[in-house]
Amino acid sequence: MSTFFAEYAWLVPLFPLIAFAILTATGRGAKRAGAWIGTAATFLSLVLSICIAVERLSGTSTDYIRQIDWLQVGEMTLTAGFEVTNLTSLMLVVVTLVSFLVNLYSQGYMREDDRISTFFAYVALFTSSMLGLVLSDNLLTFYIFWELVGVCSFLLVGFWYQKPEAKAAAKKAFIVTRIGDLGLFIALLLLFWYMPGNALDFSSIHNVFGTQGGVIATGITTLIALLIFVGAVGKSGQFPLHVWLPDAMEGPTPISALIHAATMVAAGVFLVARTFPVFEASPAAMTTVAIVGAFTAIFAATIGIAQNDIKRILAYSTISQLGYMMLALGVGSVTAAMFHLFTHAFFKALLFLGAGSVIHSVHTQDIREMGGLGSRMKITAWTFGIGALALSGIPPFAGFWSKDAVLTEALNKSPILFIVGVVAAFFTALYMARLYFLVFAGKPRQDGHAHESPPVMTIPLIVLAVLSLFAGFVETPFNGWFGEWLTGETADHHGSGLVMVVSVAVGLLGVYLGWLIYVKGTISRDIVSSRMPGLVMVLERKYYIDELYHLIFVKPLYAAGKLLEAFDEYVVDGAVRLTGRAANALGRLNTRLQNGQVQSYALTALIGIVILLLAIAGRRFW
Amino acid sequence: MTILSSYLTLAAVLFCVGLYGVLTKRNAIIVLLSVELMLNAVNLNLIAFSKYGVNPSLAGQIFTLFTITVAAAEAAVGVAILVVLYRSRATVNVDEFDELRR
Repeated sequence: MSTFFAEYAWLVPLFPLIAFAILTATGRGAKRAGAWIGTAATFLSLVLSICIAVERLSGTSTDYIRQIDWLQVGEMTLTAGFEVTNLTSLMLVVVTLVSFLVNLYSQGYMREDDRISTFFAYVALFTSSMLGLVLSDNLLTFYIFWELVGVCSFLLVGFWYQKPEAKAAAKKAFIVTRIGDLGLFIALLLLFWYMPGNALDFSSIHNVFGTQGGVIATGITTLIALLIFVGAVGKSGQFPLHVWLPDAMEGPTPISALIHAATMVAAGVFLVARTFPVFEASPAAMTTVAIVGAFTAIFAATIGIAQNDIKRILAYSTISQLGYMMLALGVGSVTAAMFHLFTHAFFKALLFLGAGSVIHSVHTQDIREMGGLGSRMKITAWTFGIGALALSGIPPFAGFWSKDAVLTEALNKSPILFIVGVVAAFFTALYMARLYFLVFAGKPRQDGHAHESPPVMTIPLIVLAVLSLFAGFVETPFNGWFGEWLTGETADHHGSGLVMVVSVAVGLLGVYLGWLIYVKGTISRDIVSSRMPGLVMVLERKYYIDELYHLIFVKPLYAAGKLLEAFDEYVVDGAVRLTGRAANALGRLNTRLQNGQVQSYALTALIGIVILLLAIAGRRFW
Repeated sequence: MTILSSYLTLAAVLFCVGLYGVLTKRNAIIVLLSVELMLNAVNLNLIAFSKYGVNPSLAGQIFTLFTITVAAAEAAVGVAILVVLYRSRATVNVDEFDELRR
């Protein structure tokens, strides 16, 4: 029952924050040293997080919460504090570990960049905010860190702001997630309004919605749950707010790995898991979460098949996997969702860093221009292969166990959701096979200057590959230890034998099909595109969602903007200009009067007097 | 029509003639003369009120004496300025004097 390390949990986000402050203060002068400062700070956080997690593992069952009064307004006190639970300690380790590895990797990947210390400063700020978000004990500080994380994402997506695409992508990411944030903010206000004592901390929310029940009307509960979910949808790239995530791939690849695959996008899932009692109290909200999750999973997986940009394929797979997590939450299993989040963080970071290694070496992102890299980039190829197998759900890799857990829970709830999940799993295996075989197998389609990346980049790949291999064993149908530790309940593995067989079968089928098409050539590559060019076109254009949004949101908003601009230009500015012109004209008239001619002065005086007299005399008849 | 009002009417006519002269004449000497005319119209008013007003008293006539003195002094100053102006500009046309603008 020791809480020695938990008491110092507030130091975890503090280390990167200090690194950020140092890096910002030294500016661009730091260069290589700046990179080491950032890495060292995340390393300290990682060590402390592991200490906390080990402490939690050794049998502490009570959560450690510490709060201080932050603001006192009249009768009301806002508190700020941190909370160490099994869930948060798990997230701390995931975030700090991925962040540390990405920091290490970036030392190689960003070596040539002039603004390397700015990059590390942003990464440090991001890590700090993400850790703050994880540790927050109440929804208000959670929201503050949530926004900070969004700002860091904006800064890092637009890191290469010289590229117009990067600038546009950064703006898009910020604005689209903003829509979700608004939902979360309204949910926050509603909670503040309806919660007894205006409490916003997670433990009170758990009490009010979970154990007490019925304090808040069902309609309001559903509304709050759905609004929180809107926030999660925005951050986690769920349909219909998924459009920003693929575009966010314009940022540096380590950022895609850290923010847009492993940590920040998982914040939405984490949010729903953290406020889970609210969702549990509202069956309608649960159903919505499950349906949106399942739909996103299959929707993004189908798009993934037709994309040609290596990072975009991975981005759609991220959206799809986040859909799985939402599906798991929607069918009521925090364990499965968090388990998938945990394994996904490792193998998706691995895949992105592997993709970065490939891009670093061949200087293109189009998989059609790659090929035959397997022989020249052995470490990258092997580790990427492990990541791809984990994502495809092939045993014994981590992704298999977690996807299996999600699908089992889905089957227990509704066969339709299960089938959707299985089909999505098939597509996942197919597009990963396509990606892997096109990049690493076959003949080189480019002049041979491809080379293996430096050790500082391959070591993180190896570490993540090992984790992708073994992280799944913490929770298997034969060993429910992880779920028990996380939620205190033993997960139900009813019917998981069937699920395992089915998911392995579709996974292998997808990989086999990919192998037949892209390696053996038994099945022609354009078998689908020649028969149904329309379908392929729709997939390549991502179901025209971007075009649709452009048509129904962006254009009318632009038009409204133009209208308001015209109003501003002609009515508001016009009034201002009119005032100015009138004063000016009056002034000109007066200069005309002041001509130095005594007689005209006298005439003016006379006219003035006459007017005055008329006015005084006229008052009598008024 | 009382005797007072005929005096006042005469004074008003005189004043208006003076005013017209001040506003329209180009020659500075005539402008100066017109000013004298306006002053005298006022003097006439003062006298008329001191003799036929509601409370007749000598004060009005004494004021008139002062006014005449002041008007004389003013005319002297005015003519002196005009002479100086004429020396420097070689004209007495009022239109050409716009020093007040500077």
